[in-house]
Amino acid sequence: MAIQLKDVHFAYPKAQNIDILKIKSWSVSAKDQVFVHGPSGGGKSTLLNLLSGMLTATTGEVSVLGERLDIMNVRQRDCFRANHIGYIFQQFNLIPYIDAIDNIQLAHQFSKKDSQLVLIDEIKSLLSTFNISQTDWHKPVEQLSIGQQQRIAIARAMINKPQVLIADEPTSSLDQKNRDNFMSALMSLVSQHRITLLFVSHDMSLASYFSRIDALSDINEVGERS
Amino acid sequence: MFARLASKSLLNRKGSVLLTIMAMTVSIFVLLGVEHIRGQSKQSFNSTVSGVDLIVGARTGSLNLLLYSVFRLGSPTNDIDWETYRHISSSQKVDWSIPISLGDSHKGFRVMGTTTDYFKYFSYGKKRHLEFSSGEAFEQIFDVVLGAQVAKKLGYSLDDMVVLAHGLGRTSFRLHDKSPFRVVGILAATGTPIDQTVHISLQGIEAIHMDWQNGVAIDGTAVTDMQLQALELKPKNITAFMLGLTSRMATFGVQRDINNYRKEPLSAILPGVALSELWQMMGLLENTLRLISGLILISALLGLSAMMLASIKEREQEIYLLRVIGAPPSYLFLLIELEALLISFISMVVGTAALYLCLFIARDALSANFGLHIGLNILSFNNILLLLLVAGSTMLAAAIPSLTAYKSVNRSQ
Repeated sequence: MAIQLKDVHFAYPKAQNIDILKIKSWSVSAKDQVFVHGPSGGGKSTLLNLLSGMLTATTGEVSVLGERLDIMNVRQRDCFRANHIGYIFQQFNLIPYIDAIDNIQLAHQFSKKDSQLVLIDEIKSLLSTFNISQTDWHKPVEQLSIGQQQRIAIARAMINKPQVLIADEPTSSLDQKNRDNFMSALMSLVSQHRITLLFVSHDMSLASYFSRIDALSDINEVGERS
Repeated sequence: MFARLASKSLLNRKGSVLLTIMAMTVSIFVLLGVEHIRGQSKQSFNSTVSGVDLIVGARTGSLNLLLYSVFRLGSPTNDIDWETYRHISSSQKVDWSIPISLGDSHKGFRVMGTTTDYFKYFSYGKKRHLEFSSGEAFEQIFDVVLGAQVAKKLGYSLDDMVVLAHGLGRTSFRLHDKSPFRVVGILAATGTPIDQTVHISLQGIEAIHMDWQNGVAIDGTAVTDMQLQALELKPKNITAFMLGLTSRMATFGVQRDINNYRKEPLSAILPGVALSELWQMMGLLENTLRLISGLILISALLGLSAMMLASIKEREQEIYLLRVIGAPPSYLFLLIELEALLISFISMVVGTAALYLCLFIARDALSANFGLHIGLNILSFNNILLLLLVAGSTMLAAAIPSLTAYKSVNRSQ
């Protein structure tokens, strides 16, 4: 199993009587591509933060790639995240004032290190794969279009060769054409590298790209909140 | 990569960073400037006289005697009888002596009557003797030796004729214009009040006062040079004298003897002791300046801290992103610290350079108008310590925003 949740319960320490997330059991097997849909405020961000180790569950077991995130300390979770999990957000995937290459290099810095020389070549080939023209490699990313930025974000998420990729509404700031570009780039990469993909969106039109579709309301036992 | 991220992040916030750098630069400029000028003026003060064991004048406070005899500041209280000087300086314990006669001026520069022993024995700084940049010591009654600044400012060279004025004013109406002096020597610059002094022989002092009575010139009785030579002038009074003793052990004994001298009331002072007394008086001013420059630094550092703190709020997403790609909290802490240190470092470089430039431009004016000789070696051991202190305080001040960044990590939990 790539992801396995068991009796997970989460509430913010400052508001312990308000349940945010309650999951009896939910799992994703390795190399699966899962589309999770649900409205905002359904505990979606919390679920993703638990899986990436940015948050820890109040109670219950959170296993990713067979490792128990809930019993790791902060440092271990940071390392685990850098080495095994790629993450793409709706926006702000990159440090805006540094260029694409630096952004990707920065992401690599926190994982187990390979040789820097190989790295630069790897970054360049990744950027080419995602159709980022060479003239844009050394511009601060804030000068690039949103479409380009989201594609660089995939490259950034992929540089450490993660086994799990989490995408949190990555297409919602893109127009139709860019969205299609983004999705095809993402899906081909994922199947090529046999990565487990967890894709969260409220845009049901994207569901056709996926083999498994889950509704967040089915996973989370805490009802919809406003 | 780490340093590049920090510097690019600063470049991305040019406006606020630039203002912070300016505030820090001003504070470092003031801090270093105060410290440097303080150290330099202390050194300059302490090096005005060396190798002189005792300074003797009419009974007065030690500071007053020091100020008028060495710094040519203020007025002598009373004269000493020539015989008294002869008596004391002929003592066995006295190795050498330099009589000083003050009271006249030349275009704002003080005239000092003395003997050639002055050029032989007087020393300043680290026991350095006076040197002539051109010419030699006076021999004739109407010979004059100029300090370096006097010659430079008034444009005198050897063999020029100089008319001395009575009294100390810059524009005296009573010129000793019947007895012009000839420039026979110009001293090398010393960085002490000697540079601002006009030296003539004691006989010269007597000569220019000969046809004066009670400070007023009597017309029609002009004496010629020839007559004066023939008269073999003998000084009646001098203002003060300096003593070099055969043994330093004897200093206190001789001092006591002079202070108890029966025939007229005298004061003998140890120049080193008087200098440190003088410096103690300046201590209050010194500490006030230090305190003010310290407060300026603190306010600049608080400004830096506030700017960084505000930037943390702006950069919440950036910090979150760094966390997601695996940056540990300590990385964020160090990133903010590094940014603050970069600002501080740039300010140090700019502040030091600006101070250097200002001193370079102002040094001539300072030495000409205040007799302050300021070197350009700003990066003394003390000032490097001070800069390290600034770096340390920067880290301390940046700890507040850095900790905020560090903690922002856990805020979502």
